[in-house]
Amino acid sequence: MDILSNLALGFSVALSPWTLMLAVIGCFLGTIIGALPGLGPSNGVAILIPLTFSLGLDATSALVLLTSVYYGAMYGGRISSILLNIPGDEPALMTTLDGYPMAKNGRPGDALVISGVASFVGALLATIGLMLLAPLLSRVAYQFGPAEYFALYLLAFCTLGGLSSKNQAKAAFAAALGLAIATIGLDNQTGMPRFTGGNLHLMDGVDFLVPLVGLFAVSEVLIYIEKQGKDSSLGIKLEKVTIPFREIGQSFFTMLRASLVGFVAGVLPGAGASLGSFLAYMSEKSIAGKKGGFGTGVARGIAAPEAGNNAAAGGALVPMLTLGVPGSGTTAVLLALLMTLNITPGPTLFTDRPEVVWGLIASLLIANFVLLVMNVPMVKLFVYILAVPPSLLLPGVMMISFVGIFSLTGSYFDLLLMTGFGVMGYLFRKIGIPTVPIILGILLGKHMEDALRRAMILSDGDVSYLWSSPIAIGLWVAAIVGFVAPMFLRPILKRPDRVID
Amino acid sequence: MLRSDRVFGLVVILAALAYIASALQLQTSFLSDPMGSKSFPIGLGAVAVLCGIVMIFKPEDEAEWPAPVAILKIFISVVVMVAYAYALKPLGFLIPTTLAAGILSYLITPRLTFNVMVGIGLAIGLYLLFRYALGLETLQAIPKGWGG
Repeated sequence: MDILSNLALGFSVALSPWTLMLAVIGCFLGTIIGALPGLGPSNGVAILIPLTFSLGLDATSALVLLTSVYYGAMYGGRISSILLNIPGDEPALMTTLDGYPMAKNGRPGDALVISGVASFVGALLATIGLMLLAPLLSRVAYQFGPAEYFALYLLAFCTLGGLSSKNQAKAAFAAALGLAIATIGLDNQTGMPRFTGGNLHLMDGVDFLVPLVGLFAVSEVLIYIEKQGKDSSLGIKLEKVTIPFREIGQSFFTMLRASLVGFVAGVLPGAGASLGSFLAYMSEKSIAGKKGGFGTGVARGIAAPEAGNNAAAGGALVPMLTLGVPGSGTTAVLLALLMTLNITPGPTLFTDRPEVVWGLIASLLIANFVLLVMNVPMVKLFVYILAVPPSLLLPGVMMISFVGIFSLTGSYFDLLLMTGFGVMGYLFRKIGIPTVPIILGILLGKHMEDALRRAMILSDGDVSYLWSSPIAIGLWVAAIVGFVAPMFLRPILKRPDRVID
Repeated sequence: MLRSDRVFGLVVILAALAYIASALQLQTSFLSDPMGSKSFPIGLGAVAVLCGIVMIFKPEDEAEWPAPVAILKIFISVVVMVAYAYALKPLGFLIPTTLAAGILSYLITPRLTFNVMVGIGLAIGLYLLFRYALGLETLQAIPKGWGG
């Protein structure tokens, strides 16, 4: 059994006291980051990357810490959805639909416990799915040449633009902008500078952490300053937390189905956790029918989106690790981390660095149990954290972002650039241009161009080489369908509005 | 009808054309591949121009722009960030951080005593965290030559 011996290797890495401690810290930080409105998983992980740098963590430790944060944030997002009716992060939006009504009916504790258990089921099943599917996919990935990789990158941008945004033109522009930013700096093939405007700071290109923290964290603070005081007051008191065994039992099959739906959504490159929780909620709603009472605060309505979003979070790691193509905004950030650590994700990762992959998988299994303990018996602790006033939290986020970026190069230029990206991110969010494709573009730009140019070298300039293999054709078709189909599906799959009280 | 999307679409087209123009100016070297270093950027520019055209002809509903007061606040906070970027190295960590964090805190919720406490608390707390817990050596507490 390959998997068992690999897992044994993984656990030998993950069970060292140091790695274990990092996993626990990561889970704790992650739950906080997820719970605080305005500090989503991508933000949180983005801010923490420079810090893990200055801590001097090795690859496995850094990866364990930040993926625990990532998993933790997926658990934490539900807390403010349920108690404040404000999703702590975007995937947790669906949890407000039944979570908040149940909390208002005087059962906030039950809602938190049910969603915590559902998160656990979703994340655990997805981690197992990751364990089984990733090695298989990495074997397929060996057959990928430059033409296939180019098509795969295209697929990621197309599904991201088609499924996760409201307007294809805006999403496609965002992707092109990100890719264009990636062309700044020295040309990989010829070694000549491009688009630097003679500025020496730009010779090495734009370090992707700078736009990352700018677009996510700084713009978030600006959004907050704009609508200050409108959000966040703890309206619901949490008394004793008991475990509603009966309802958990009743929604058990919901959790299983939602996990499967979520996992599949997560594996699709570019789709991610928001889509996972959305599809899981909608499919359970239609299975339950009118009698199910979805939207009034029923257990299954809480279990479905939470199992779905956590399963999608695990599923999104599959394409990220095996192909180097992230399935969501946060996995894009994790990909950035891998690249800064000089780890190239892809099929070779599984053969060359098994201790990294399997150590990560084992840590995720452990992190899940830690998170279950933190998010069910200890959930009250995190409820207090919601009471941190934004006027302390957001300046803190801002200062940490600045010092984090400053620690990379120690130059004011990066700080100015980060501020510039922050303002850009703010304006873009106002007019509805998604920021995730920009980040993905910056991350994948160099690889995408390299793949295209290597394909052209192999074929001596014959463009049809790009769709000459069955895998490549399949990817192109999927990319086009992923981009075009949502235009027709959008009226059918309308997102439910938030509960307004 | 003038909408934000239309204005933005126009900006996108102009910027993309400028990007294509500068891509055409790129120096080529003797080491060349069939595609060269110009084609990919030109392709990106073309995609962006298309997107800009779509934005002009099919604009979405008008974005909700903030009230003048909020715009002023955002403007102030951006100025603070720029000033902070320039001040961090020459003036050390503590003074700029206290001021910047305090002002940002005031912009979010104006409660003077609390904002001052946030500024001072964050400056000292984060300094200790970064310098000693995370071992960031490049961080100077106070300007060089102030005895520290």
